[in-house]
This record gives sequence, C-alpha cells and structure tokens, in this order.
Amino acid sequence: MTGKPRRAAAGARGQGEGTAPSGKPRRVTVTSPRTAAAPRPRHPLTREIDEQTRLGEVYMGSLVRTQFRLALFVCTVLACVVGGLPLLFLLVPELREVQLFGLPLPWVVLAGLVYPALVAGAWLYVRQAERNERDFADLVERR
Amino acid sequence: MSQIAAVVLVMLATVLIGAFGIRMSRTTSDFYVASRTVSPLWNASAIGGEYLSAASFLGVAGLILTFGADMLWLPVGWTGGYLVLLVLVSAPLRRSGAYTLPDFAEARLESMTVRRLSSVLVVLIGWLYLMPQFQSAGLVFGTITGAPPWVGSLLVAVVVATNVLSGGMRSITFVQAFQYWLKLTALAVPLAFMLVAWWSDGTPGLAPGDEWALPLHGREHPVYETYSLILATFLGTMGLPHVLVRFYTNPDGRAARRTTLLVLTLLGAFYLMPAVYGYLGHVYGMPESDTVVIALPGRLVGGPVGEFLTALVTAGAFAAFLSTSSGLTVSVAGVIAQDILRGGVRAFRVATVLAVLVPLALAGAARSLPVATVVGLAFAVAASSFCPLLVLGIWWRRLTTAGAMAGLLAGGGLACAAVVVTITGGPHTGWAGSLLAQPAAWTVPVSFTVMVVVSLLTPSRVPRGVARTMVRLHTPETLNVDRGDWHPRYM
Repeated sequence: MTGKPRRAAAGARGQGEGTAPSGKPRRVTVTSPRTAAAPRPRHPLTREIDEQTRLGEVYMGSLVRTQFRLALFVCTVLACVVGGLPLLFLLVPELREVQLFGLPLPWVVLAGLVYPALVAGAWLYVRQAERNERDFADLVERR
Repeated sequence: MSQIAAVVLVMLATVLIGAFGIRMSRTTSDFYVASRTVSPLWNASAIGGEYLSAASFLGVAGLILTFGADMLWLPVGWTGGYLVLLVLVSAPLRRSGAYTLPDFAEARLESMTVRRLSSVLVVLIGWLYLMPQFQSAGLVFGTITGAPPWVGSLLVAVVVATNVLSGGMRSITFVQAFQYWLKLTALAVPLAFMLVAWWSDGTPGLAPGDEWALPLHGREHPVYETYSLILATFLGTMGLPHVLVRFYTNPDGRAARRTTLLVLTLLGAFYLMPAVYGYLGHVYGMPESDTVVIALPGRLVGGPVGEFLTALVTAGAFAAFLSTSSGLTVSVAGVIAQDILRGGVRAFRVATVLAVLVPLALAGAARSLPVATVVGLAFAVAASSFCPLLVLGIWWRRLTTAGAMAGLLAGGGLACAAVVVTITGGPHTGWAGSLLAQPAAWTVPVSFTVMVVVSLLTPSRVPRGVARTMVRLHTPETLNVDRGDWHPRYM
C-alpha cells in the first residue's frame, strides 16, 4: 500500500508541471546565482497542491485513495467478522451450544475475545495510516 | 443509608471538580473546547467517561438479563463503533477544524441550510439521549430512597445544569476523565467480590438446555433485529454530538487517531464487565430490570461489605448519569446558542437551561422503556443521518448540497418517525414492530442511497471549494499547504 502514491504521481508528472490552471506559463524569476535575492521555493510540490494544478490534484487524489483503501479494507474485515457471526450461528445452530472454558461459545466470543481483536485492529490501522501520511509527506517534500 | 451518602458524595465531587475549572475558563474558546490543551490520556478518559452512560452502566446488564445472548451485541457495537469512527472519520474530522457536526456540515458543503438542518438533528439526538438518562436517574434514586421518579431526575438535571453553567468545557473535561475511572472502579471492585462469592458457592452455571444463553432466540425476528442493532451501533457512534466535540480538543489529526485508539482500549476494558453482571444475574435468578447492577452485589455478598459494594455501584450509576448528561448538555446547548440564539456566553447559559428542561419534561411524559433501548434508538437516528454525511463528505468529492439535504431529511426523518412511534405508542408487534423498534437496517441504506443519487442528479451543486476542503481534511499537519481560510464561527 505504501508505494502507491509515488507510482500514480509519476505517471502524471509530465502533464501538469509548471502550468497554472489558467493555462498561462508560470512566471519565472531570473536571477544571478550569486545574489541571495530570490531563493527557490523550498517545496514546489506543495505549491502544485496549493494552486490545484493537475499534478497537485493527482497527488492529493492518490493520498485520499490510499487512505480510503486502507479504511475500506478495515471496514470490510470488520463487516465479515461481525456480520458473519450471526449468520454462522443461524446456519450452524450446533455452534451456539458448544462449550468453551465452561461457557457457551457465543459468550466467549462476544463478551470476551472480540474486544482485544477490535483494539488490535485499531492499532494496526493507526500504524498503517501514519505510515501512509509519512510517505506522502516525504514524497511531497523531497523535491 | 450508605447508598444516599454515596450519591451525595459523587454529586459533591462533580460540582467541586467542576468549580476547579472555573478559574481556567474565561474566554468563549475555553468554554467550548478547553483551548486544545488536553493530553491524549485525559482526552480518551474524558471521551470514555462521557460515553459510558446509564445505558452502558445499568442498561446493558439489564437487557442481557432480560433477552439473553443477542444483547451481547450492544456493547460490542458501542465499542466497535469507535473502530469505524477511527478509520473513516477521526483524523479528517479533526483536520476540518469543526467544533460540532453543524460546523462540519457548513465547512464541507458551504451551505447554511445544511448547517441548520444538522443543528436540528443534533438537538433531537441529544434530547433523545438525555431523556432516558433522567428517567433511569429517577428509577435508581427511587429504588434507594423510595422517592417518586421525578425527584431523582430533577436532582441530576440541576447538578448537570449548575456544572455546565459554572465551568464550561474545561471543567467538564476534568469531570469526565474522573468519571471514567470512577465508573470502571465502581463496576470492577464489586465484580471481583461477587466472583469470589460465586466461586465459594461452587460456581453455579446455567441449567442444561437453557435457551437464554443462545443467540438468535427470544424475540419475534431475532435475525433482523440483531443485524439492525449491529448497523445502528457500529455506524451511529460517529454521529453522536457529544463524542465529536471532544475531537477538537486534540492538537492535530494524528493525535485524534491515537486518542481514538486509547478510547477503544478503555471502552473494551469496561464492556467486559456488564455481560458478567447479566450472566450472574441470570444464574442467581434476579428480577429482569435495569436495576440488576445495583441489586446484585447485595444479593451475592451480604453484610457490611455488601452494603459498601452496593453504595459503590450506586455511586458509579450516578457518575454515569452526570457525565453523559453533562457532555450532551454542553453539545446541545452549544448548538442552540450558536445556531438558534444569537451567540455569546449569555446565550450559552439560556441554551443550557433549555437543553436540560426539554428532556426533563419528556422523561416525565414518555413511556418508560429500558434505558439501553432508547439510547439504541438515538444511535439509529445518528447512523441514518450523520454517518452518511460524514462518510460521504470526507471521502466523496461529488457530494452536493442538495444530496446532503435530501439524505439527512430522508434518513433522519424516517428514523425519527420510527422513534416517535415506538416511544409514544407501542409496544408494536409483528414485522411492523420489529421494523419500528430497530429502524437502522432500512433507514441507513435509504439515507446513503438518497444522498448518493440526489448528488449524482445535481452535479452543478458540488461546493466550489471542495478541492481545498479535501486538502484540509486529508493532508498531515506537518505539510505547509494552503488549507483555505474557513474557521468555525466564534460565539
């Protein structure tokens, strides 16, 4: 999941670079390299995002898509587990009566095991979401 | 007697800790969001304290005792809702800069009409949530003193109003954090004693073939109702007004995520316990009622220790009434003051009184239902209105003003109608009864569908600043990009 913004952005690099949305070529400051008068902007990619050029939009779109795919993945797993349990109990009624540690199986799962599982899922999500954001920041700030 | 002393102690502690915050809250910004200086553990404890209402402390165990295994889904959903909130909403919502749900609606859709509709829904959800809190305060206070129900309701309402009026959000944060740990202790310590008593009784278990412990039984349409309950609780959490306002007190989006993870852990620890109360209540043949949590320690552990434990759970119950009611009152009052009155600290005070009085009157007038059932209905309304607004608003650029309006009206309206029919009339039977008592399974899809279809039909009404808003919602704060100049209106 981490490599995606980079690839998506690289494909569009040639199209929008240096062009404002109006289509006019960007104004270029010409200075002697010896003067300190006009330092280059340090992070031109954030400017692409600010000016909503096509390149900026591609970068933003890739960030939103990466994070959304991650969110959707977590929600799908959650839906399968949570939505699957009642279905399982409905289709395999014997499961409802299985005893585990002297307690009925549904109780062991719903009143116990499910909570650490939720916390673990949340922890993994936070780790991956922060990684995605770091990758995006690296990508945007490196140039 | 010791129970009454415990109640007085909790109320005094709440007022005193609240008063502690007065010196620190001077400006309007303090009043609303505690100036964003709250650390993640404080913040997570405060969210937990605010969230664990009478429905969690008393209601879950009562419903599990009454209906059996299907009700185990209620605490699972109330915890799992934070996972859905975490992955879909938490960081972008914090980055949006909105204090409240109406703020978010305005920031994302650039429309005052959507904002006003959201305000109305926030107030309705808040009142629907507050009403059963006051009702069960009356029930518990009546059980321990013999007073009529309205006395306990009034008492809690007065303490809440005083506290909110005197300290605002800053003091509420301290109060709420304190309340979480109080509630956890008040449930855990008696439970430890009861488990010892249960052990020395020879660990009595369920009778063989006891239907009560099996999922999918006992109600008319258990499969539908189970799925509807799951949908309402998992999706409704993100739309609760008193939960979202807390996210603003995180310094940035990353902290908002970490706070949510911490909240999930704290809630998971708490929700391990009500099921055990319900289970023991069934094994020892307790009467099916919301007060089982209060009555059980005295039944299992006799003597002065039993009396002390009963006082402790009673204190926990009142902590639950006070904390949730305070949080809800702040949110409802904030929305009333900002969007209906003209704003300012004075308007906030008038709004606070209004926010408490209406549900107090409703508590006296409405049919008495189990507290967790009514709170479940509030979740269903939130899931059918704010969940689609937040999810589509954050992730889908083509959401339009018209689409959001139509979805909020259709989903929120249908869910509210089902709630009114269930609370005022009823109990209804058959499929109609199940559809009305657990509306989420049909109102949530209706709301999402209407929002998407109407948005696709009105492409010209996509908000003009949507690209900038997306940058604001999704880029990490470390990046120096233009996030637009929208700010929530200061009162």
